[in-house]
Amino acid sequence: MSLETILFYLFGSLAAIAAVIMITRSNAVISALFLILNMASLAGLYLILNAQFIAVAQIIVYAGAIMVLFLFVIMLLKPENERKFMASSPKVKIFAIFIAAIVFFQFAYMIFLGKPSSLVAQDVDASVQAGTVEEIGRQLFTNYVLPFEAAGFLLLAATIGALVISKKKFE
Amino acid sequence: MTVTIEHYLLLSAFLFSVGVTGVLTRRNAIVVFMSIELMLNSANLTLVAFSSYLGNSIGHLFVFFVMTVAAAEAAVGLAIIIALFRLKLTTNIDEINILKW
Repeated sequence: MSLETILFYLFGSLAAIAAVIMITRSNAVISALFLILNMASLAGLYLILNAQFIAVAQIIVYAGAIMVLFLFVIMLLKPENERKFMASSPKVKIFAIFIAAIVFFQFAYMIFLGKPSSLVAQDVDASVQAGTVEEIGRQLFTNYVLPFEAAGFLLLAATIGALVISKKKFE
Repeated sequence: MTVTIEHYLLLSAFLFSVGVTGVLTRRNAIVVFMSIELMLNSANLTLVAFSSYLGNSIGHLFVFFVMTVAAAEAAVGLAIIIALFRLKLTTNIDEINILKW
């Protein structure tokens, strides 16, 4: 077993287990902490995939900024704990899990039918080159400068919108 | 035994299904929101996996934009939850039914 395989199974199982724990805990703070663990292990997977910039951005933006915002709101509002996962309306929950299982098996069927690994072989040099900050920055400021500006404008609009919505009353 | 792209795609599909389950079963609006973030993350994993196996940086750019939109969405969504909490004093989505008649 190569190091890549070991790290994939380590981070992959960590991400999967953290996701399952996240949706089954009744306390929202514990859910948020396990979502942070899930995002950190996804950042590890991005590093295995040679995506250095995305891995660092994942830690800073998701695990840093967004989850701090979530935890801040949870502690501000102090929502009461839900009941245990299967304690309230178990029929609805079993139906929901059934729906999600159908979604999963559809994806799995498509993946094994399509067999993308028989079509693409990883070219390690090109893959390392594609993930560098240099390459992403070059693309962002040449071919994708208009979406980049639009993303900046979207963030400005979201900031103003969040301020206006959470303000006490409108004048 | 090597890791192929199918491994990443299957993991991503599993995380997406867990996110779907979370959205459908949880009753706390903030946790529903976190499940949506989980689904966005699983889509990001797919994009990065394909981008890495094709040796092409366009998937990474797409992930960058998805992160931007997720940040904007989290800010506005949590502001809406705070405004709703001020009105109804709860974050339980079963009790928030002011759009129904």
